[in-house]
Amino acid sequence: MALSEPIVIPQASDLERLARAWAQPRGFWGWFMNVHHTAIGVRFMVTSFIFLLLGGILAALMRWQLARPEHGVLGPDLYNQIFTIHGSTMIFLFAVPMMFQGFGVYLVPLLCGTRNIAFPRLNAFSYYIYVVGGLLLWVGLLVKTGADAGWFSYVPLSGPEFTPGKRSDFWAQMITFTEVSALGVAISIAATILRHRAPGMTLNRMPVILWEKLTVAIMVIFAMPAVMVVSSMLLMDRTINTQFFNPAVGGDVLLYQHLFWFFGHPEVYIIFLPGTAIISTLVPVFSRRHIYGYIPIVCSVVATGFLGFGVWVHHMFATGLPQISESFFTAASLMIVIPTATQFFCWIATIWHGRLQLRLPMLWVFGFFFVFLIGGLSGVMLASVPVDWQVHDSFFVVAHFHYVLIGGALFPMFAGLYHWIPKITGRMMNEGLGKVHFWLFFIGFNMTFFTMHFLGLRGMPRRVYTYTPEMHWGALNTLATTGVGFMAAGIIVFLVNFFDNKASGRLAGPNPWSGGSLEWATASPPPPYNFAELPTVNGREALWDAEPNQPIVRGLREDIPEVLVTHSLDSDPEYREESPGPSIWPFLTSIAVSIAFIWSIFSPWGIAYGAIPVVITLIAWLWPRGHSPARRELERREEPWTR
Amino acid sequence: MDALRERPVLDVSGLPTVAFGRSNTTWLANVFYMMIEGTMFALLIASYFYLRTRTSNWPPANLPPTLSWGVINGIVFLVSLVPARYAQKVAPTGDRAKIRFALMGLAAFAVLNMVLRGFELANLNCRWYESAYGSAVWSIMGLHCGHLITEFVETVVILAVAFTDKMEGTRLVDVAINSDYWYFVVASALVSDFVVYGAARFL
Ligand code: HEM
Repeated sequence: MALSEPIVIPQASDLERLARAWAQPRGFWGWFMNVHHTAIGVRFMVTSFIFLLLGGILAALMRWQLARPEHGVLGPDLYNQIFTIHGSTMIFLFAVPMMFQGFGVYLVPLLCGTRNIAFPRLNAFSYYIYVVGGLLLWVGLLVKTGADAGWFSYVPLSGPEFTPGKRSDFWAQMITFTEVSALGVAISIAATILRHRAPGMTLNRMPVILWEKLTVAIMVIFAMPAVMVVSSMLLMDRTINTQFFNPAVGGDVLLYQHLFWFFGHPEVYIIFLPGTAIISTLVPVFSRRHIYGYIPIVCSVVATGFLGFGVWVHHMFATGLPQISESFFTAASLMIVIPTATQFFCWIATIWHGRLQLRLPMLWVFGFFFVFLIGGLSGVMLASVPVDWQVHDSFFVVAHFHYVLIGGALFPMFAGLYHWIPKITGRMMNEGLGKVHFWLFFIGFNMTFFTMHFLGLRGMPRRVYTYTPEMHWGALNTLATTGVGFMAAGIIVFLVNFFDNKASGRLAGPNPWSGGSLEWATASPPPPYNFAELPTVNGREALWDAEPNQPIVRGLREDIPEVLVTHSLDSDPEYREESPGPSIWPFLTSIAVSIAFIWSIFSPWGIAYGAIPVVITLIAWLWPRGHSPARRELERREEPWTR
Repeated sequence: MDALRERPVLDVSGLPTVAFGRSNTTWLANVFYMMIEGTMFALLIASYFYLRTRTSNWPPANLPPTLSWGVINGIVFLVSLVPARYAQKVAPTGDRAKIRFALMGLAAFAVLNMVLRGFELANLNCRWYESAYGSAVWSIMGLHCGHLITEFVETVVILAVAFTDKMEGTRLVDVAINSDYWYFVVASALVSDFVVYGAARFL
């Protein structure tokens, strides 16, 4: 592939051909056939945001119940269901699907400078299967079968003896659905990053956020099987009488915890790493300089990935299990201190030596700094054994992990949304409304959760549906609940801003923030083929470091969807690959799989009979149709395998 | 836009559209898939040994699984590597007759393996509902059966494609990757056998 001499820009007719090759189907069924990553990525974001709202409504209900002593809003049984579904929704249906799947599916191909994600159909399938999993949990709640054994559903409480009925089964299958989804997306994202990067984007020039997505994808690949295994064991104990957790015949309840935390520890980082990667992406843009300490940051990201599993080893062999359930988030936050501190210092150095522009996304970045720091401090407090004894399983712990989770996920999420919504919708969000949103949320958040520290210190236990007036917790609880009102108001302002933006926001143009990464090298919103001219890359910030005559890639076909495959390490072009087009079969397969999984809750034969439609739809999905363009081309070139 | 006129290009039109082996994207995805499934096996096997440490009689009140069927099937699994490797070798040539031959051989072995697996299951000398031991044994075997059946179906489907003229280009790569997956099935069979038959006897 020699670099040839200057060529002309694409003709309008070329673009038309590209647009036709990459056209996304329309209409009702078209919605279910679309496999382009921008569409699926937005769906992941919107759906997980809806789950955030739903989980938030449950949180508000809990806070309303707790606002006064002996309040009669929720009974104990309903309260159990609600905190379980709140926690499960936030972790499994909001945090990972938003921060990993949503941002990842939308951004990764754009950041790589390619036209679609690798395995777009698998990716679309992963979306539908996630939606079904979420619906399962929530329909369960609505038909009074809401899971009620806490978000990690320990046996024996969740086992057949203590939770008869179907509550825990709904929870266990929700896990299977969401983890299948995360795994499918992890494969797509990792393959895209390793094989579809623009020529020139060597590993050493990969944006931090791609490093993070790759790390998280690999973590998902190793961690999610554990929770699928353990939730399947739970389900089998409950449906076909296996005895994994039954001590009477050699089973062991601790097996559940071992397996669950093999997933649970990495999970914290799976939630948290995408947040820090958003910070690492935004800080340089709004400091107008390259990130300070690229290598240390990348090392921290990768190291965090290893630590996720390392913490598990530490717990299992050094500390033993009893401590683990209590100080779970604490240990996680302690281990993360070194890589996180490294990143903090690099961010601060970047800001220090840059020219800070305090735009809306940056406001959320500072919010993150503040909130996360407090979460870290209370984590250090929890790590000291006497404090831990005092506040164990109290609201102090609830306060701490909300600082970590909301600081680590929600604040970066809003930073990212304000940053990339102009790319997604093509229009700017209103800065004034955005600031109102920020301050309402920030104040409300601290009101609710800072207060909980004191409640915890005064002995208020978590997971208890009410308390008596003699405890004198009423005033603080009222304050905490008032904060929820502020947060809710902030979210409403955000939604107003968002819908207003879609209708009448100022046009963003390709690169409203003058960012340096490749998603800003194309129109907002991107056309269905992402880039009219495929870029090549010359530095870590592709647009800032480009030569005046930075080459472009030519020679991919324009009559069919085709992507360029490059080398994993040095991203030299290797071959051209057809990108699978729209298809209804991923959707139908997800329906078939859902039927099998849900059926298996009620009868062990569900898996056996349910497998038949799964096989049929899978074959229809994968069966080759027509002659592949590859073959037509080969025939032109008369190569051996055209016989 | 005028600036674009002057930009040099990296022309990729001469690149191939089919790649065998490691540079292929689907090959990579298959590796990820095997990593996922390998983790599942590892966790189930770890659970087996964990439960093993929790009890003094292992297997409890059962005979260990009858060795003969496991050994026979293990040998058959090993021999089945021959057609799998052959399929991988002929795939890049695009010779449809040879590909069909190889895949038929592979499918025949898969059928044989499944039949023998049936005998294995009948002679495990335990039931999954009797004890945690039984559950652990059956879960490992069950997961492996899932893979065996999946791989069988996949082979048959690719074989069907090989009877049409659609067996070209990237489909040939699928033939080669299917063999990779078969290697995984064989390897996991041997490891599972080692645990199910061996650990109950010797550990
Ligand atoms: C935004 C406002 C939120 C409020 C007001 C809120 C409120 C609460 C309350 C009151 C509890 C515990 C109740 C109890 O133990 O008695 C709780 C539990 C929990 N929350 Fe939140 N929460 C919010 C957001 C989030 C977010 C964003 C996440 C995760 C990303 C999250 C994750 C959890 C988890 C994992 C639990 C533990 C559930 C369990 O004990 O099984 N929350 N939340």
